[in-house]
Amino acid sequence: MSTDNPTPSADDADPASDAAELQALRERVDELEASLSELDDGNEQQKLTIVATQGSFDMAYPPLILGSTAAAFGWDVVVFHTFWGLDILHEKKSKNLKLSAVGNPNMPMPNALAAIPGMDRMATRMMEKKIDENGTATIEELIDLSLETGVDLQACQMTVELMDYDEDDFYDGVTTGVGAATALQHMAESDIQLLV
Amino acid sequence: MSSEYDATETLDVKGQSCPMPIVKTKQAIDDLESGDLLEVVATDSGSMSDIQGWAAGTSGVELLDQVEDDDLYTHYVKKTE
Repeated sequence: MSTDNPTPSADDADPASDAAELQALRERVDELEASLSELDDGNEQQKLTIVATQGSFDMAYPPLILGSTAAAFGWDVVVFHTFWGLDILHEKKSKNLKLSAVGNPNMPMPNALAAIPGMDRMATRMMEKKIDENGTATIEELIDLSLETGVDLQACQMTVELMDYDEDDFYDGVTTGVGAATALQHMAESDIQLLV
Repeated sequence: MSSEYDATETLDVKGQSCPMPIVKTKQAIDDLESGDLLEVVATDSGSMSDIQGWAAGTSGVELLDQVEDDDLYTHYVKKTE
């Protein structure tokens, strides 16, 4: 607690101003206690913000899996989708996301082969098959699940316009009309912030 | 399978992998009453650690037991609030 309040000397003791000062102090203490209890309340629910910038098949998974799991923990979750990350929320495009065969060190083929037309589609099909065999959820299932569990999936307005998308292109329940300031505000309040 | 617990409800997430066992468990718990016991049957070996972590980080639930039997992982989660 603060100790730098001036101690009134016996000479300038004025009962009226002492009483007023005491009253002011009491009010200040009440105010501080109120703001402290607000802070305590705010700490109860953890917050997570993920910025999803990528729209390839493999990069759609991490934000959706972490977001829906965090929601299962009861956290307040925002996933801010921007640039190619918007395609995850795009009802049509999300069903057609591709795995890139070129420049992917996990692909069992040289880049020169991977660059042949149709290779991305083949790589994506192979991955889809593995996902099905493993019982891993599809991207569409994870989007439904995220929305159902209260994850706030946001579509960055600037990139919606840049990509010539329309609000109706996105899944029902996606938040549109938000920008960097909205994302930053949630990030500032978040316990965890991730860029994917 | 253990008959030691008298589960209110059984959730079957066999064949499903991360994050489904956790998310479905959370949804099933939400639909139960305080004091109810949920039995979760999974084939995902990661669910052993994940359900533990989820239960530890979630208020109002208590993980009573986890039973591993061949490739089946059974979890007993009690709703306490």
